[in-house]
Amino acid sequence: MATLTQKSKMKESKAKRVSGSEALILSLLEEGVDTIFGYPGGAIMPVYDSLYHYQDKIKHYLVRHEQGAAHAAQGYARVTGQVGVCFATSGPGATNLITGIADAQIDSTPIVCVTGQVVAHLLGTDAFQESDVLSISMPVTKWSFQVTKSEEIPYAIARAFYIAKSGRPGPVLIDITKNAQSGELDFSYEKCEKIRSYHPYPPIDSRKIEEAAELINKAKKPYLLVGHGVLLSGAQEEVKQLAEKAGIPVASTLLGLSAFPTDHPLNVGYLGMHGNYGPNVKTNECDVLVAVGMRFDDRVTGDSSKYAKQAKVIHIEIDHAEIDKIIKTNVAINADAKQALQELIKSVNSNTHNSWVQEFRDCDKIEFEKVIKKDLYPEGEQIKMGEVVRLVNEVADGEAVLVTDVGQHQMIASRYYKFKYPNTNITSGGLGTMGFALPAAMGAKVGEKNRQVIAVIGDGGFQMTIQELGTIFQYKIPVKIIVLNNNFLGMVRQWQQLFFERRYSFTEMTNPDFIKIAEGYHITAKRITDRSGLKDAIGEMYAFDGPYLLEVKVETEENVFPMVPSGDSVTNIRLS
Amino acid sequence: MADIYQDDIGNEIEKQFTLSVLTEDLPGLLNSVTIIFTRRKLNIDMINVSASEVPGVSRYTIVCTTTRSQVEKVIKQIRKHVDVLGAFVYEEHETHYQEIALYKVPTDIFFEGMKVENIVRANNARILVIEKDYIVIEKTGHKEETQKLLETLQPFGVLEFVRSGRVSISKSKRKTESFIEELENSKTHSLNTNGKLEYGKN
Repeated sequence: MATLTQKSKMKESKAKRVSGSEALILSLLEEGVDTIFGYPGGAIMPVYDSLYHYQDKIKHYLVRHEQGAAHAAQGYARVTGQVGVCFATSGPGATNLITGIADAQIDSTPIVCVTGQVVAHLLGTDAFQESDVLSISMPVTKWSFQVTKSEEIPYAIARAFYIAKSGRPGPVLIDITKNAQSGELDFSYEKCEKIRSYHPYPPIDSRKIEEAAELINKAKKPYLLVGHGVLLSGAQEEVKQLAEKAGIPVASTLLGLSAFPTDHPLNVGYLGMHGNYGPNVKTNECDVLVAVGMRFDDRVTGDSSKYAKQAKVIHIEIDHAEIDKIIKTNVAINADAKQALQELIKSVNSNTHNSWVQEFRDCDKIEFEKVIKKDLYPEGEQIKMGEVVRLVNEVADGEAVLVTDVGQHQMIASRYYKFKYPNTNITSGGLGTMGFALPAAMGAKVGEKNRQVIAVIGDGGFQMTIQELGTIFQYKIPVKIIVLNNNFLGMVRQWQQLFFERRYSFTEMTNPDFIKIAEGYHITAKRITDRSGLKDAIGEMYAFDGPYLLEVKVETEENVFPMVPSGDSVTNIRLS
Repeated sequence: MADIYQDDIGNEIEKQFTLSVLTEDLPGLLNSVTIIFTRRKLNIDMINVSASEVPGVSRYTIVCTTTRSQVEKVIKQIRKHVDVLGAFVYEEHETHYQEIALYKVPTDIFFEGMKVENIVRANNARILVIEKDYIVIEKTGHKEETQKLLETLQPFGVLEFVRSGRVSISKSKRKTESFIEELENSKTHSLNTNGKLEYGKN
């Protein structure tokens, strides 16, 4: 007890009397924050006033819509591995964040969102710009907390950062009433390192490691699936070691694409609805399936009752709630991917499975003849999305961060972009949020100044957050934007063609002149309608010093194949 | 293989499960717990929240009817919430539980012979309050018992009836306090890599 009192006295003597809003800024500085994306408003004005005095330490980017702030924070978090931070005011400011928060939740992205709230005594009275954002955010946050007293601010922020980034990361929302911002407190800060009810790092069960190793060692056709969890735990090197030691072919989920280099001899490709042919059909032929840091999304499994039934399933996953959720496991290793893999590598035998890997390569040949050749080297008049990505690969050579929106262009870019480094693939996977790419690319570029950031976006998604061109212009954020324009909501149109007898119900778009819009924001822009100018235009965009918009008019009714029809088995993947 | 959670043709059988959840005592947490059911369109049959024997810790008893596989997913998602200390699923025979029921009846039905009084005695119920116009009867037991009393009293005219949510206690010998102590002292709050504690990359 004595030591406790002494400790608190010591703290008191060090404590500085500050306003709640200044305490918020100081707390963020303690957590190493130097970048914030946000939008001010009535209920968060004290915070912005404090921020004004700390502009030398924190760079704030004024977005054009709060959804953009959340996505920018996501893009920032995904490239840097650090917590992204965004600010918004109460009411509409807070509700506008929700899409980004939901996206961060389903794609395990660590962000901390701070919202202003009406003064505490007006809570629940339908005050001006009051929304019950705490309740609204509950199902889509890892944790949310309302601060009504200034003294709670350091505690709330410390917990927010610990929760957002530990274990399976996710979004945290801190709602601060205006009186808590303007009130005063004795500021002292202590990082949160433990919450008794929260256990983000389950211990490794060595028996499970042995069981998994035994299955792998006996396997004739082992198959390794890697997801976002590999990147989140920084286990890409361990994945490589395991695959190489045991000779296991590796396939990746959409969010796991940059966890394993595209050109690695054991990389067999991309899983799921529009993934590669081999990785999908071989799922139902392997004898041991090792899934690491992935959650068997329905876009990966298709009909889960017909998924890998013949295989023994090993699931390495940090989130206990994901284990046995969709696919029943034989061996569940509930642990951090990096730690688990480090142990597993020790216990697996050196092995090769050349003829099994060759089976994937044979599938690749079929896919190349039936799909890839036509996508990458088309002979028709119209430009195909695939050839644009092929030309991007020629200039980027895996060095750039690829940010994609949602739809056909996303699937094509994910299929054909050549990834070399971890965390160079930023996309909205679980939620499928159109409008994600432009603000996320902005955040990614702010976080990763040493790499080019290329946003590939469709004409539909581009118009959902097009206003962020204003942010890109104001802060001269040098992102390269490629709009693949087919004047359609292409993916929906594809489904209408294949499953709704070509009834194109509200999918055709009459688009504005994107070049003029970009020029209005003083962003250099070019439109390409003809193949002959495409390669040079991509080169010009890539070399340009500053933001650049390249609009490519692509084939209007192109379809993305292969395709596992929704709800069908992965075995029934269609090549045309 | 016989599976007690499946019927003859392999469909999963719905059963009544009792969920016992220990949480920090915080505003809004009840909402966080119940939306996990809402999201799956699962109806909560009964819910009771009260302080546990440990200061600052609440105990929830939630009863719902669903399949085993569904309840297991639900319990994991409840456990995953940052402020939840522990969450457990029990079937009927795995817990001790009770519900309390109150029956408001007109006072004058007691003046028509010994009938109602005998019903109260036979059902191990007790008279809680006697007012000029009404009498409140209290009965503790399982739903079947409190329901039976309701049906017996109904012909005499029941003015109002209320039944509480289930309260349940596990058959485990472990003390809640020592369970929480274990949580406090576990080494699962941070990651230990190469002898260095860390979490995240910041």
